[in-house]
Amino acid sequence: MSATAHHLDAASNRAGAVHPGPLGLDLRDVTLELGDGGEEIRALDHVTLSVAPGEFLAVIGPSGAGKSSLLAVAGALAAPTSGTVEVLGQDLSGLRGQGRLAAFRRRNLGFVFQSGNLVPALNAADQLRLAHRIAHHRGRSRSFDPAPLLAAVDMGHRAGHRPGQLSGGERQRVGIARALVNEPGLLLVDEPTASLDRRRSQDIVALLARQCHERGIAGVMVTHDHDVLEHCDRVVEMVDGQLSAVPA
Amino acid sequence: MFLALRELTFARGRFSLMGLVIGLIAILMVLLSGLSSGLVNDGVSGLKSLPVSAFAFDEGTKTDNAFSRSVVDADQLAAWQDQPDVAEAELMGSSIMNAVTDRGEQVDLTLFGVDPQGFLAPEPAEGEALDGAAGLVVSQSLQGEGIELGTVITLDRINTELEVVGFTDGQATFGHVNIAYLPLATWQLIAAGQAPDGAAPTQEQLAALDFDQASVIALQGAEGSALTAGDPEAFAAGDAEATTTTMALEESFNASPGYQAETMTLSMIQVFLYAIGALVVGAFFTVWTIQRSHELAVLRAMGASAGYLLRDGLAQASILLVSFTALGVAAGLGLGSLMPDGMPFALEAQPIAVASALTILLGLVGAAVAVLRVTRIEPITALGGNR
Repeated sequence: MSATAHHLDAASNRAGAVHPGPLGLDLRDVTLELGDGGEEIRALDHVTLSVAPGEFLAVIGPSGAGKSSLLAVAGALAAPTSGTVEVLGQDLSGLRGQGRLAAFRRRNLGFVFQSGNLVPALNAADQLRLAHRIAHHRGRSRSFDPAPLLAAVDMGHRAGHRPGQLSGGERQRVGIARALVNEPGLLLVDEPTASLDRRRSQDIVALLARQCHERGIAGVMVTHDHDVLEHCDRVVEMVDGQLSAVPA
Repeated sequence: MFLALRELTFARGRFSLMGLVIGLIAILMVLLSGLSSGLVNDGVSGLKSLPVSAFAFDEGTKTDNAFSRSVVDADQLAAWQDQPDVAEAELMGSSIMNAVTDRGEQVDLTLFGVDPQGFLAPEPAEGEALDGAAGLVVSQSLQGEGIELGTVITLDRINTELEVVGFTDGQATFGHVNIAYLPLATWQLIAAGQAPDGAAPTQEQLAALDFDQASVIALQGAEGSALTAGDPEAFAAGDAEATTTTMALEESFNASPGYQAETMTLSMIQVFLYAIGALVVGAFFTVWTIQRSHELAVLRAMGASAGYLLRDGLAQASILLVSFTALGVAAGLGLGSLMPDGMPFALEAQPIAVASALTILLGLVGAAVAVLRVTRIEPITALGGNR
């Protein structure tokens, strides 16, 4: 693969689909260099990628290939060394300072982390309530009912359970519901099946894809689990910081 | 508050342990405060109850024990009486004596010689005011030691007999010794070494005495004057005129025996207690915050502002500190009320309120330093499997 970036356009993949609004995620020629013990590492190497609303994309690749860096850049957690990152039409380089970036994240982004990463002290309903409070920072938060979202991830019956009382798959379902609380335009998913068996992995990824389709959310999932790719609209592979399309 | 409250119930074991330590510190703080107030009362309650703005000691008197060491005379008094800001100035005699009651019980007394018609004269809560040559108005706390109205007290060595005619309103002690007020002239008769052996002093003896010395000059400033406020500069003119060294009332406490040593020791212990409290709370919240750093990174990635997490952490620390300090203070007050009578121990609202506020405030400072870590947590660490 050449150093020139492949342009992996959402529209070219979903033939005929027309998206009037902005793209969920639009990376153009993005490079990210990280200092690692005095050595510069090119975590992202001229990456160009776009994801349309309602599209669920998987990023595969070996460990250390830069998959997490891609999520960090797309998730307004790290600023690229060069190139532009647009999320929902907003150029992130226009957002200066941690406060503005955090505000952007809580309004527009949903994160699903490895093994859920829930707050141990909170039951499932309170996980969602906390997310709602974070999303409506400052503004008097309107009343919020976590029940519909919990039902959407089949966790309505476990609303009162804390993470310690839930199975790995159940924790991940609550994590997904939590990521949807702020009605995000872009959902970033980090190794959602890392600690799950095959059947549960299938269920979780299918759920993620369904939520993205139904809610018109652009989804980017980083995974090294090749068994779950059938649920994804498109798969790209990342090797040494460079992105290439994987034929369906 | 949302997260703070739920974490308090979730990790109640850890928080109760921390709360227990805060509570114990609060108990110790109440007991120390009581002891401190008690010792202050024992040391200077007699001075506190006097309507005095300042005391003038003979120039150059060493500060410690100045009340019994200083000697002033009528000329120095006259010089002070001429000062513009002085409303009242009187000689006062002070000496500590051993004595025996007519029942053979030994008592220690601080003899305060005051003008029976002057502004220093005590208003007895029981019995009569100072009058005659041989009357004593003694501290109410002596009632517990078998002294009644009419008890005759014989001073050791000189064998002069004095009679208790009244009791003060409340405790009146000086240097941990009960005060007995007596007429200044009688005090001077004793100080001059002319008091009768084996009898009570008489008016004739007082009239015949040619002795104008006493220990200190008690000053009362005119209303609203700098002297009343205890401003040291207001004393300069009078001191120069009368060759005295003047101290405001509060400052003069240091001139009473042992006062400075006692209060400094206790203050030092209290300062250490506050420091320990703040450090323990700080250490606890440091560990607690580090334990949760991945969880906090996740919340930061979700867009929680550092301020939100900071407020939540401080709210948690405040709830913990306020509730367990309150419990500790309640327990300390309970324990304090069980203290035996003879112990110098006094539970006073103001010092306990100040000490509680300081415990909470300094604990919060400790917690704040620890909780400030949330602002340094990198949200990017939420990604990846580093759990």
